[in-house]
Amino acid sequence: MTTKYEHTNTTIHPMMFLLWLGMAGIVMLFGALTSAYIVRESAGNWLEFQLPKLFLWNTAVILASSVALHAAYIGYKKRRITTYRMGLVISFALGLLFLALQYMAWNELFARGIELTGNPSGSFVYVMTGIHALHLVSGLMALGVAIYHAFKLPYEITQKRVNRFKLVLYYWHFLAGLWIYLFLFLNIM
Amino acid sequence: MAEIKEVTYQPDSIIEELGYDDHFHDHGHDGDKYQVGFVSKYIFSTDHKIIAKQYLITGIIWAIIAAGMSVIFRLQLGFPEESMAWLRPLLGKWIVVNSEGFGTLAPEFYYALVTIHGTILVFFVLTAGLSGTFSNFLIPLQIGARDMASPFLNMLSYWFFFLAGLVMFLSLFVSTGPFSGGWVAYPPLSALPQAMSGSGVGMDLWLMSLVFFVVSVLLGGINYITTILNLRTKGMTMLRLPLTIWSFLVTAIIGLLSFPVLVAGFFLLIFDRTIGTSFYLSDIFIGGEALNHTGGSPVLYQHLFWFLGHPEVYIIILPAMGIVSEVMSTHARKPIFGYKAMIVSIASIGFLSFLVWAHHMFVSGMNPFIANFFILFTLIIAIPSAIKVFNWLTTLYQGDLHLRVPMLFAIGFVSFFISGGLTGLFLGNAPIDIQVHDTYFVVGHFHIVMGVAAFFGMWAGVYHWFPKMYGRFMNETMGKIHFWLTLISAYMVFWPMQYLGIAGVPRRYYSFDSFQTFSMFDGMNKVITVFAIIAFFTQLIFIFNFFYSIFYGRKVKSKNPWKATTLEWSTDIHPGHGNWEGKLPTVHRWPYDYNIDQVEYKPQYVPVSEGEEVIH
Ligand code: HEM
Ligand SMILES: [Cu+2]
Repeated sequence: MTTKYEHTNTTIHPMMFLLWLGMAGIVMLFGALTSAYIVRESAGNWLEFQLPKLFLWNTAVILASSVALHAAYIGYKKRRITTYRMGLVISFALGLLFLALQYMAWNELFARGIELTGNPSGSFVYVMTGIHALHLVSGLMALGVAIYHAFKLPYEITQKRVNRFKLVLYYWHFLAGLWIYLFLFLNIM
Repeated sequence: MAEIKEVTYQPDSIIEELGYDDHFHDHGHDGDKYQVGFVSKYIFSTDHKIIAKQYLITGIIWAIIAAGMSVIFRLQLGFPEESMAWLRPLLGKWIVVNSEGFGTLAPEFYYALVTIHGTILVFFVLTAGLSGTFSNFLIPLQIGARDMASPFLNMLSYWFFFLAGLVMFLSLFVSTGPFSGGWVAYPPLSALPQAMSGSGVGMDLWLMSLVFFVVSVLLGGINYITTILNLRTKGMTMLRLPLTIWSFLVTAIIGLLSFPVLVAGFFLLIFDRTIGTSFYLSDIFIGGEALNHTGGSPVLYQHLFWFLGHPEVYIIILPAMGIVSEVMSTHARKPIFGYKAMIVSIASIGFLSFLVWAHHMFVSGMNPFIANFFILFTLIIAIPSAIKVFNWLTTLYQGDLHLRVPMLFAIGFVSFFISGGLTGLFLGNAPIDIQVHDTYFVVGHFHIVMGVAAFFGMWAGVYHWFPKMYGRFMNETMGKIHFWLTLISAYMVFWPMQYLGIAGVPRRYYSFDSFQTFSMFDGMNKVITVFAIIAFFTQLIFIFNFFYSIFYGRKVKSKNPWKATTLEWSTDIHPGHGNWEGKLPTVHRWPYDYNIDQVEYKPQYVPVSEGEEVIH
């Protein structure tokens, strides 16, 4: 796949470039949602409320998951097979934990009377975190493939596998960054 | 003028000598056994050339459907007193036949037709059919690549488009009718399933279809950008790219940045419809009863929609502009005038297209001071547009014009772009727009500048690259008849609309019988309808020509029938998988070396001879 398209002026792997562009698209999606939020908020009739405390835990968990995945990546390159495999598994488990916490946070909001169908200020929180969670699910699927490779394929370092791993790694870091952005944005606004 | 030296080139031997060996055909695993079965070769193909043809033919089918719809609603507008009972076998219950056997088009269905007509043409035909076809076909061939960066994603892109089409097609048959709130789908009509019959299931399907469509555009777009930036052959610097490729690049970037915003807008709309959020809805009464939506704003939707909507019109026109530049230079046997200015214009149009969206919303109640900002940028966009027009005209000036069919359509494009662009300037000024907004003036404006012009660009491309696609020519005579009849009837349809608009005739009205003021325009409406019908039947000539020529057209005998300079003409007459048999060509010059130094033309793969000065 890779060698056959290799050209002189390729400084970045085409698949990685594709991923960057895909992430740019996702950034625009959230950019649109946040600008809609700002525009709507400035129009008044906006309910102020406390965000769930759990969001802070979410932030910690997703950061930890990113760190674990990075450790796995370094482990892979440095032939530390246990770090490689465990890092992936831990990262995946923390990703699942994030989703569970997210769900609990929504429940907490709901219990406090901030309903999905109430004032748009609440709806925005559900929708933005919900769409982020959907992206996280896609990230988990990619992680799942990486875990499958880690346990099924014989361990060896090939350029192809490094590239593939990097795709998952970057996307996962990106999703963590996106969460932090949402977290800060919702807290500041 | 000095003698022009005629030349012939042997691309095979030049590429064999100077080409770049990427060992593509050494890998036994693809190359030959690649795509042997019918299904993987013609249906789930990952070859960019096949995918391009899939886009083109799907686009043609959609264009026929959408044009047919316009004939039906034009009959209603032009000849409301005539019975439409004869359409009943086709449209069934949407033609209401009274006891005397007189048939009328159901008003709900009129709105559905207008809505779906617009949606199909803007998205399925002029976005997917135009940039999907030509980006796919030309990017690898013109930059000297074996295929797209990810042929697999490319295939997915087509099939998402197909899926979008399928869902839209199904929506035509639901019993409450397809969506009928206009192609821009403003809430509250689009947000409340109970608002009108077409807002129910029809709208659900419409939204589903468009979300699939956006997935398709994004998968295609990221592939085009990556391919152009990463897979150019040796020597193909950015300043040696044909203008087609520049326009596809900027188009894909605009799409990547604006379509996700549309999706965000659609998501909020879907939530309003299904779970009852109030992003766009507030204080609405239906049937005398207040709904419990409060706090939403329909104008928010308009912002999100037009943030895509305006860039979208450039997504449609830029590829056409690129094609026209390329076709014009080739058939005028002259370098394109102002190559760099063209690139800068394409890029600045792309950039500015993000700063003007609210010119569609001057009467939405927006702050008039903010409107000034949008007026300013709207008028500034006219500058790069005018630069491009100037460059096309100067390319034609004193050219050795070969008025073959693709060239005629390229010139026709410029004519329509000028006429329609001028009316844009009127609309761009809020004080005038407040008068003509939502009248036929707008309809005339955008059909000329976008609808017809983009179609002309597309036809220029189809006639020009047909020999490369199918190894045969399309018929010249039929092509010329197609051109002249379309040119005349398109002007006769859309030009009068601008008069109607200035007189205040509103768009999206089913009938004008309760406005005596407008009865004086009955005659004009009839003329428009007659020419719309002529235009429709003229397209059958094209469609016949296209499909007939695929099988029986005059065969292409030499690799480079137009004596063009770009790389696609150095491939075999029927290029196989990987595009070039052996090595990849390397590039030594810019793409517009026509009649320079008294040499007829110099393809991009031809090395620079001693003492020769190259442009780029
Ligand atoms: C000098 C250039 C142009 C200017 C200043 C301009 C300005 C405008 C303005 C102000 C409107 C809004 C009118 C209204 O709704 O009241 C409009 C509508 C529109 N324009 Fe243009 N335009 C220009 C070129 C173009 C081009 C190149 C295209 C497409 C290729 C285009 C496509 C459209 C479309 C599709 C609409 C109508 C959308 C709708 O309401 O359904 N325009 N234009
Ligand atoms: Cu616009």
